[in-house]
Amino acid sequence: MTLGLLSVVTFLPAVGAVALALVPRRLDTVHRAAALAVALATFAVSIPLWFRFDGESADFQFEEVVRWLPTLGVSYHVGVDGISLLLVLLTTFLTPLALASAWQAVEDRTKEFGITMLLLETGMLGVFVSLDLFLFFVFWEAMLIPMYLIIGVWGGSNRIYAAVKFVLYTMVGSALMLVAILALYYQHGAATGAYTFDVPALARWVVPPGLGQNLMFLAFALAFAIKVPLFPFHTWLPDAHVEAPTAGSVILAGVLLKMGTYGFLRFCLPLFPDATRTFAPLIFALAVIGIVYGAWVSTVQPDLKKLVAYSSVSHLGFVVLGLFTLNQQGLVGGVIQMINHGLSTGALFLMVGMIYERRHTRLIAEFGGLWTVVPAFSVLFLVVVLSSVGLPGLNGFVGEFLVLVGAFQVNGWLAAAATTGIIFAAVYLLRMYQRVAFGEVTREANRQLADLSPREWAVLVPVLVFIVWIGVYPSAFTDKTEATIAALLAQVESKASVAMTPR
Amino acid sequence: MTPEIPAPPVTLWVLMPTLFVLGAGALVLVLDVLPPRESKTHLGGVALAGIVGALVASVWLWLRGGDGRAFRDMVLLDGYALFFDLLICYAAALVVMLSMDYLGRTGSESGEYYALVLFSTAGMMLMASAGDLIVVFLSLELMSLSLYVLAGLFKTRLTSGEASMKYFLLGAFATSFFLYGIALIYGATGSTNLDRIAASAAAKGGDPLVLIGLGLLLVGFGFKISSVPFHMWVPDVYEGAPTTITALIATGSKAAAFAALIRVLVVALRGVQPDWSALLWGVAVLTMTLGNVVAIAQSNLKRMLAYSSVAHVGYMLMGLVAGGSQGAGSVLFYLLAYTFTTVGAFGVIALCARAGEEAVEVGDYAGLARRHPVLAATLALFLLSLIGIPPLAGFVAKFYLFGSAVRAGYIWLTVIAVLNSAVAAYYYLRVIVFMYMREPEGEALAVTPSFAGGLALGVALVGIVLLGIIPAPFADLAQAAVAPLLR
Repeated sequence: MTLGLLSVVTFLPAVGAVALALVPRRLDTVHRAAALAVALATFAVSIPLWFRFDGESADFQFEEVVRWLPTLGVSYHVGVDGISLLLVLLTTFLTPLALASAWQAVEDRTKEFGITMLLLETGMLGVFVSLDLFLFFVFWEAMLIPMYLIIGVWGGSNRIYAAVKFVLYTMVGSALMLVAILALYYQHGAATGAYTFDVPALARWVVPPGLGQNLMFLAFALAFAIKVPLFPFHTWLPDAHVEAPTAGSVILAGVLLKMGTYGFLRFCLPLFPDATRTFAPLIFALAVIGIVYGAWVSTVQPDLKKLVAYSSVSHLGFVVLGLFTLNQQGLVGGVIQMINHGLSTGALFLMVGMIYERRHTRLIAEFGGLWTVVPAFSVLFLVVVLSSVGLPGLNGFVGEFLVLVGAFQVNGWLAAAATTGIIFAAVYLLRMYQRVAFGEVTREANRQLADLSPREWAVLVPVLVFIVWIGVYPSAFTDKTEATIAALLAQVESKASVAMTPR
Repeated sequence: MTPEIPAPPVTLWVLMPTLFVLGAGALVLVLDVLPPRESKTHLGGVALAGIVGALVASVWLWLRGGDGRAFRDMVLLDGYALFFDLLICYAAALVVMLSMDYLGRTGSESGEYYALVLFSTAGMMLMASAGDLIVVFLSLELMSLSLYVLAGLFKTRLTSGEASMKYFLLGAFATSFFLYGIALIYGATGSTNLDRIAASAAAKGGDPLVLIGLGLLLVGFGFKISSVPFHMWVPDVYEGAPTTITALIATGSKAAAFAALIRVLVVALRGVQPDWSALLWGVAVLTMTLGNVVAIAQSNLKRMLAYSSVAHVGYMLMGLVAGGSQGAGSVLFYLLAYTFTTVGAFGVIALCARAGEEAVEVGDYAGLARRHPVLAATLALFLLSLIGIPPLAGFVAKFYLFGSAVRAGYIWLTVIAVLNSAVAAYYYLRVIVFMYMREPEGEALAVTPSFAGGLALGVALVGIVLLGIIPAPFADLAQAAVAPLLR
């Protein structure tokens, strides 16, 4: 058995974590450097995935199948398509940046921090590459614990409450998903004689429409809606974001939330097409509520991090909106918007963290006039804010535009309501920027702030490159995913119509 | 001429694993009065050797294959019995290893401790191979009487005496129910042999006497496995008993009681399965819910684990409700995972002391990760396995168990169970919160490193990781073990 590229990418961080555990504790700098080196190596190893991935094909690529629990029909089955490829690369890209951002911010227990972050990376990658429901669930649950520790050990003053809330919310959701997974497994097995957790095999089978399918859809959807988080399941998010250390927030916003939207795409749509159509209006409406509500709440936040956290609720509403348009533009927009949100919000959290390291406060009122004090920081911050607002020419515009094009084909009124979310995004983000960067320097403490250090430049520039790249040349990214999405939509259509025909 | 009474053939090899343990127990009693008399650690070594002997014998018998019956079908040797022999011996071996320095530290080292542990272990093993209700009863008593004494080992500690007394009184009460149940079933079917009960019950149909007997048997078993509403003794006994004995009560005696319960229900009372299935459905729900909800309120780690063990019994009963070889097999696998995890968790507690007392309050563990990172990580892994976080044993065990329930169509039972697991996460995680996210207060926790204890924890840790990552061979083993019951 040869070790496939995807397995190497997935497990390299975990192997690195084990190696890191053997290094003596007092070598702090070694731990920081080694964790970063492992994360960078993982990114380097994952780059060939991008170049060798055939965007014309909708099939899973880099597939590996090894029997794991033969009696249950569980196998170690991994592979990527045009959707998960982007998310895998987003993960390997953001993790080293998050680790680099924590170089100075995390001084306590650096050894454990490095180990936890690397284990988290393996967990997240595992979720995106798994093509077996059992394997997926293993990674989905296993990933909770490192994130829990990152919030709870290295977080702010109210970290324990936030960490426990995060875990319990997620666990309740995934508990019901487990029942649905088992129910699907036995239903499929009883109907076809083949007991398997293999996702492609299950997706080929048409789940009988009706109550059973609806309940299974709802169980899956609840787990994913909590993770996204979709209104009204979002209340854990502001707590978790505010308390988490910068690196944790970057990963949480950048990657973890995408596991929810990814779950909708990978499981809900192809496995339960009828239920998807039944509940699409509901989720569509919830997404719009989330967009508007998140935007409104953001406008009144006095705390920078909380503002960004609520803006995440709003932005992820756009992603879910795109997915449940169930048309090509909407889905492509949703997928691109996942990446955009990872980059923009990740960068916002990084920069809020940088300013927090200097001033030890995140209150907007504490700042003002930073433009004159730290010009380089302010310019980069402006770019990131504009990307989050959705300025044409930067990445955010592409995704939101496509999502809205898709949404208008489904329901004009709701789409119009969603559009106000963009306007409000401009309001809260630009107003925040204005109060932070422009005007007079009101606080003495702000006069002595240092501008970006070389390390911080090195963290931010890669993100900015992608923000501009996706903004001006999105097809480099959409080309990889369009075939997959077209095939997914065709599958939803055909399965739904098969199930609809009376027998 | 006097009539000749035919002597029943003595086929002792059927009892071979149990005899190793009993022999070691007798040897310990003899060696106890011989020099050297100041240290008793070597007796622990003898006990361990006996248990390892039993393990080797079980493995040998397993590989040799073929079933055995002895003493007029009163004792059975099949894959099922051997599976439990292995499980119980593992638990007992870990407990003995943990005891070796725990006893010295608590100043209660004595020879009879090891002897009693061995006798109770022998009782547990016999319960798993009992083919007759009388043998079930006798071995239950052998196990319980030894444990009653062991629970009161700390003669000067009030809680220990309370534990022993409570365990004894309630235990005696429960056994009398059990005995009454045997009597009624004997009255209805004319036999105490499990196979003959099955044949007779099948011929007669739903005899009310059998049903009442079944109910009374379930009271007795319910006490031993600590299902609601017969769980009242659990928190006090778990808290008061020496921690190593708590580990033995929580794992070995529970496994043995489940072994006998499953055999009695599946072999002898299969004819009335709808009746006990419906009854156990309710008991399972009550047990898991009450265990988890009350565990949330506990600040004493031993009491918390006591209620959590009640909750785990609730999960395991699901497998019995589901029935069939899959249901029973998943219970066996769950017991395996649960045994490794629980012995490990209690083992860590046994190693920790604060101000000369055992560290049992959750607050005592504040900041443990800073001072003893390896020990904290070990306890954290055991707790995560109890929650059911992959890739640890607890997750796979739950997966099999819930899978068997869903397969049998008990969707709502499974929904209740998974929600319960989510609730349970809260109190297990709270310990991790204390260990990792709070700073220590007051006197530091003293951890006595010991080779035997460390080895025991290491074995348990390897066990839960192995069961979590490559569960297939063990799950197949559990399935093979229940096959003889369902013939």
